Amino acid sequence: MGASQSARTEHEFQDLADRTGFSLEQIGNLNKRFRQLSKNEETLSRQDLASISALDNNPLRAQIINAFFDKRNLRQNEAGTVQVIGFEEFLMVMSHFRPAAMHITEEEREKLRREKLRFLFNMHDTDSDGTITLEEYRRAVEELLSKAGTIGQETAKAIADAAMLEVASTTRGKMEPDEFYEGITFENFLQILKTFDIETRMHVRFLNMDTATMRCGK
Amino acid sequence: MSVRVALHSRSFLERGLLLLVILIFLEGTVLTLGAASSPDISAQDNTGGHDHLDDHRGIAGSHVHPNYTKKAFPVLSLDYHHIQVPFEISLWVLLASLMKLGFHLIPQLSSIVPESCLLIVVGLLVGGLIKLAGEEVPPVLDSNLFFLCLLPPIILDAGYFLPIRPFMENIGTILMFAVVGTLWNAFFVGGLLYAVCQIEGTYLSQVELLPCLLFGSIISAVDPVAVLAVFEEIHINELLHILVFGESLLNDAVTVVLYHLFEEYSGAGEVTPMDVVLGVICFLIVSLGGIAVGAIYGILAAFTSRFTSHTRVIEPLFVFVYSYMAYLSAEMFHLSGIMALIACGAVMRPYVEANISHKSHTTVKYFLKMWSSVSETLIFIFLGVATVAGPHAWNWTFVSVTVILCLVSRVIGVVGLTFIINKFRIVKLTTKDQFIVAYGGLRGAIAFSLGYLLDKNLFPMRTMFLTAIITEIFFTVFVQGMTIKPLVDLLAVKKKQEAKRSINEEIHTQFLDHLLTGIEDICGHYGHHHWKDKLNRFNKKYIKKCLIAGERYKEPQLIAFYHKMEFKQAIELVESGGGVKLPSAVPSQVSMQNIQPKKLPPPVAERALPQFTKGREEEIRKILRSNLQKTRQRLRSYNRHTLVADPFEDGWNDFILKKQRLIELEKKVRLMSNYLTVPGATPDSPTMCRARLASDPNAFYNIKASSDGVPTIQVDLASPQSPDSVNMLNEFSKRGATGQGLGQREGADRDEDQGLMMKPAGKGEKGEEEGGNKNPGLMRCLSDPGPSNEDEEDEPFLP
Repeated sequence: MGASQSARTEHEFQDLADRTGFSLEQIGNLNKRFRQLSKNEETLSRQDLASISALDNNPLRAQIINAFFDKRNLRQNEAGTVQVIGFEEFLMVMSHFRPAAMHITEEEREKLRREKLRFLFNMHDTDSDGTITLEEYRRAVEELLSKAGTIGQETAKAIADAAMLEVASTTRGKMEPDEFYEGITFENFLQILKTFDIETRMHVRFLNMDTATMRCGK
Repeated sequence: MSVRVALHSRSFLERGLLLLVILIFLEGTVLTLGAASSPDISAQDNTGGHDHLDDHRGIAGSHVHPNYTKKAFPVLSLDYHHIQVPFEISLWVLLASLMKLGFHLIPQLSSIVPESCLLIVVGLLVGGLIKLAGEEVPPVLDSNLFFLCLLPPIILDAGYFLPIRPFMENIGTILMFAVVGTLWNAFFVGGLLYAVCQIEGTYLSQVELLPCLLFGSIISAVDPVAVLAVFEEIHINELLHILVFGESLLNDAVTVVLYHLFEEYSGAGEVTPMDVVLGVICFLIVSLGGIAVGAIYGILAAFTSRFTSHTRVIEPLFVFVYSYMAYLSAEMFHLSGIMALIACGAVMRPYVEANISHKSHTTVKYFLKMWSSVSETLIFIFLGVATVAGPHAWNWTFVSVTVILCLVSRVIGVVGLTFIINKFRIVKLTTKDQFIVAYGGLRGAIAFSLGYLLDKNLFPMRTMFLTAIITEIFFTVFVQGMTIKPLVDLLAVKKKQEAKRSINEEIHTQFLDHLLTGIEDICGHYGHHHWKDKLNRFNKKYIKKCLIAGERYKEPQLIAFYHKMEFKQAIELVESGGGVKLPSAVPSQVSMQNIQPKKLPPPVAERALPQFTKGREEEIRKILRSNLQKTRQRLRSYNRHTLVADPFEDGWNDFILKKQRLIELEKKVRLMSNYLTVPGATPDSPTMCRARLASDPNAFYNIKASSDGVPTIQVDLASPQSPDSVNMLNEFSKRGATGQGLGQREGADRDEDQGLMMKPAGKGEKGEEEGGNKNPGLMRCLSDPGPSNEDEEDEPFLP
């Protein structure tokens, strides 16, 4: 609606680009998508995300949607969730899925790993107490196997238990029968996923490729 | 000190003796081979031998005579001709295997020189010996033999065990290298060779363009056999391995098309643009057709395996025969047999593995490894023999230019392609990676066989080509093969990670898959993950239902992984523990109780619940399984056509089912689990364990009445007097308990099935004080005759 509007948007985008690390073009495309999802409003609510039909088949649907509204992912160091998010928050969450640049230093790589693993950790740690307890882990595995029918539910618990045992053995070593392992802390989480090259795996191509090949919509 | 020296020298001596034996055997076989292989000489030998022997024994009248003269009945005669061909084949195979054995006796040698080099040297030696013996060297690397017998096992082994995930993730890169890279190599080498040939003074001007291009296409293909042989020993990281290996497999289509194209038109002398277009179409047909043929056979194999549950012995056969037929069918139409074989193996594997028994799976794996190993060894030996056999036409210019050009074109090709590819890749290929990819482009026996197939009349310079091909193969295998290992170490290229897959990683792999698919959906981008997810859902919904027997198609990957892990652990424990001993395994460092949150605050009078450590649980499981095994085995009669049903394995499926249902029931048990425990003995005594086991049935039996569909666990006891039951009984007899082992075994079964679950506290002994009544309680459960009587027993145990 006028040159001033677009100039302001340009300026905003540039600002966002600097802060989140996306290119201008990617921000433009993401903005288009944001507008589409929020039906041209300024903010995005849970219903908007829930209405995406393609997500219906996804067992992690609820958690993914929650992740967008989780304050910890929005660089606000407090617990809790927000009801609606703006474009900038949308971008902040999306920036967790940027791939690593080709030539980065070791510390940058480490920082990137921590960031991405932090995102995953927050997804598991639903009560925001800084540890993933056995209950939370069980729930996570159950969600993962939720599309697998009744067989899945029962084994999910066993799998979560086995996984927890593994974490405890690798991080705490020998434990006395009376000791109790409260839960997976972020440091433990980092440790067990050390060989899991997350900085290369956790990315969405879209955020890196030439947007001419992007198919927006639906 | 002297003992050690003596031992040392003894082992040295043993090794030396073994090598000597091998060498003597070698000599013997070589001479027989040499003597026997040349057909006319052998025939002469045989008849000569016959007469000779007959005369020797003084048996008269052995010549053919019009009047039949009765001759003495030949007690012993030699008829080599009768068994000649299979005998020779077996001798060669035996030779190859003994050589393989021999190398590993000398560890220093096998660490410096890759096996393929040593085998070629052996081939050279054998060929040399045959030649020295005066016989004609047999043309062993016959193209038919190679393409129809020696190559398929190796390719099938590679295709069946192809790691699909990294392959598919890098498919774009692999295809670029395979197709564009090979084309580039072929034309570069062919073209420049022609240019060199035209130079005056090389006496090569009669070599025309098309034969040069043909030669270029033969020599430019990276060979899967050589790559496998060398890369297997350097343990390089998965990405590079799959890149080079995938390229070597997929460039077969290009090679086939180029080869046929140039061979066809070498006669005509020119290639029109129309031919080029046809060539491109042919390429598409060859590759896609090969894959289609392979996929069809793969699906057929998967479908067949669905019905093999009653004839487990022939299951592996289906895998092999269907794959081989896929290869032959593709070759019939001049499609790419290699791609057909890869497609067949990759398509059938997930379904077949879900259907066939564990033993068949092991059989398939070991047979494939065995055949491919023997094939590979034979191929290299034959290469050596064929080199000695000749004929050779050495031309310094041609050969040296070939070798140099191949290297140069490979390097330029890889660097150029990587530059383009890196624009599309997330994980870019570094210079080190490029170097390894370029250096790992080894040539091998396929090039030689293709050259051998050339018609002598159409290509008068065939011998020169063959010489050049052999030189190139030797160069790549020896020089590049030997130096790649130290270079990998020098450049500090990332090596293969030996870490075992942990369950946490598996969980997070799945988690990430779904997460990324979700994010892609939110972005609205139909990317990589979206399509993969769609394919998986299609697979689960339709395909798996048809191709996988029974209920197993519903199993998601994570659960299958978990079962596999449990299975492996149990087997490891059985193998390491051995024998029915008391649980003495080192308990794992952390056990369930450490991570389970404490449930209710323990009531004052309650003692701490003894918990099983994971290790002990496993031991108990193992003991019980071996008991079950013994009892069942006694009851089956031997039948050649059925494997002795492995109760361990058949029981596994039941075990899983039982476990599921018991877990459901356990939930209900928990609801009633406010009973006091009445442990009398110290928590760790075996008695205590068994007592708890024994008393479980009570908790179980309560629920049983209310729900149907619980499997009655039929335990066929061989006899109550089996050693184990006696053992356990003795323990209880201390406490004055009598009774059969039946109750406790049933209970043990329950316990086994509950696995890692925390035992409910309930023993149905509510209201009883500690001390006094526990013995009668135990006695009661021990004398429990079985499930059918539970109704009567219910009352005393439940309020």
